[in-house]
Amino acid sequence: MRRSFLTPALWIPAGLAIGLLGLPLVALIVRAPWAQLPQLLSRTEVLQALSLSLGTAAVSTAVSLVLGIPLALVLARSAEWPTVPRRLLRALVTVPLVLPPVVGGVALLLLLGRRGLVGQLLPFQIPFSTTAVVIAQVFVAMPFLVLAVEGAVRASDRRFEAVAATLGASRWTVLRRVTLPLVAPGVAAGGLLCFTRALGEFGATITFAGSFPGVTQTLPIATYLELQRDPDAAIALSLTLMAVSVVVLVSLRDRWVPGLSS
Amino acid sequence: MSLVAELRVNRGGFLLDLELAVPLGRALAIVGPNGAGKSTALAAIAGLTPNAGTVRVGDRVLDGLPVEHRRVGYVFQDYLLFPHLTVLDNVAFGPRAAGASTTDARDAASAWLDRLDLAPFAQRRPGQLSGGQAQRVALARALAAGPDVLLLDEPLAALDVELRADVRAELAAHLTDFAGATIVVTHSLADVEALAHDVTVLERGRATQRGSLAELAARPATPYVERLLAAAG
Repeated sequence: MRRSFLTPALWIPAGLAIGLLGLPLVALIVRAPWAQLPQLLSRTEVLQALSLSLGTAAVSTAVSLVLGIPLALVLARSAEWPTVPRRLLRALVTVPLVLPPVVGGVALLLLLGRRGLVGQLLPFQIPFSTTAVVIAQVFVAMPFLVLAVEGAVRASDRRFEAVAATLGASRWTVLRRVTLPLVAPGVAAGGLLCFTRALGEFGATITFAGSFPGVTQTLPIATYLELQRDPDAAIALSLTLMAVSVVVLVSLRDRWVPGLSS
Repeated sequence: MSLVAELRVNRGGFLLDLELAVPLGRALAIVGPNGAGKSTALAAIAGLTPNAGTVRVGDRVLDGLPVEHRRVGYVFQDYLLFPHLTVLDNVAFGPRAAGASTTDARDAASAWLDRLDLAPFAQRRPGQLSGGQAQRVALARALAAGPDVLLLDEPLAALDVELRADVRAELAAHLTDFAGATIVVTHSLADVEALAHDVTVLERGRATQRGSLAELAARPATPYVERLLAAAG
């Protein structure tokens, strides 16, 4: 017989952890001004922030897919590379996951700012524009997509590609008709994670793009600012962001991210 | 016209040094113990493994040609049907890769499915097929690409024992219709007898005996061949 290791001594900290994770969300739901919600959410600045957020997060996800899938393929096939460049590449992809987003924002300013490394060469300004919002989101969110797709590519059987080649398929055809369809669930999961992360982006965005209503003031930034001015509006905005997260969590069922809903 | 292959593969200390000649329309079986280099030999002919020797079909030299231009069909032991495509689209994959339109490729694939009695399964996914059906789909897929050479790596090994005799007989019937050169890798003398005209015994990367099954049975050249014959009864 297997004895359970679940002693009361374990239940107490585990219960505290559950409370710490769950109670803030409960508070948000309980204290939400439900009656005024439609009116709060239909205010111009809220709708502006919401549409800016959804729009930039969608563009960021699209950019991440276009750039991130090729990077994931390179990363997945880097196993034959020498150790040093292989580890450097992997570290580079992982850094934005562990780097405080504010630092990412500062780094982007130093690269693309008016007097930045590359920014000073450009005839136009990037910081504090909607483009800057997208760049900041891509910087922070793309690694999620890259790592999800890379994992899927690594897990898929490369002999399918060999078979496709013996059937006369060029490398491009193999990629398009075999490799990518086989990793489609990984791409979908990575894309959703990337979208949510981009939607929630705060630190890098406010540092690199600032907070101009309608241009760079995304939902998380608007939420933070509203908290000083009109807490009820901030709660309404938070609920909106939370609703999107829940939708994503439900979409990312076990099929896409094993273990998420076992 | 023949497939003529001089295979010289060095794989981390393992040396494959094998010469093969298979006339078009005929089938050669390669038998040998595990690790003898049988699959490596197939991979080298298909271009999936670098070969220091040379491979020709008639006077068409395959060396230096990428896999997709060799016209060498390869049926893996576990078939590797594309799980995201229907049976029809699996078989249409080769014609499609050769530039046919989707409609033409599907028509060609349908004809192959008819020939191999697979028409009722056209819209199924590979996961919904029995082992024997999957094996035939893999064969149809390889043949639909119009190969000069067909490589079969242990084509019956993934099947339940009680199914093997039937599938083997069907496979033999379809292979007689194939105009190119066939190489079958196997552990089984029953496969050799049913599927191949000649046999080459491969041990530790080298051919230790060649001939017909009857010649092998009459004069087994190595202890491995003796054991193989003894096991077959």
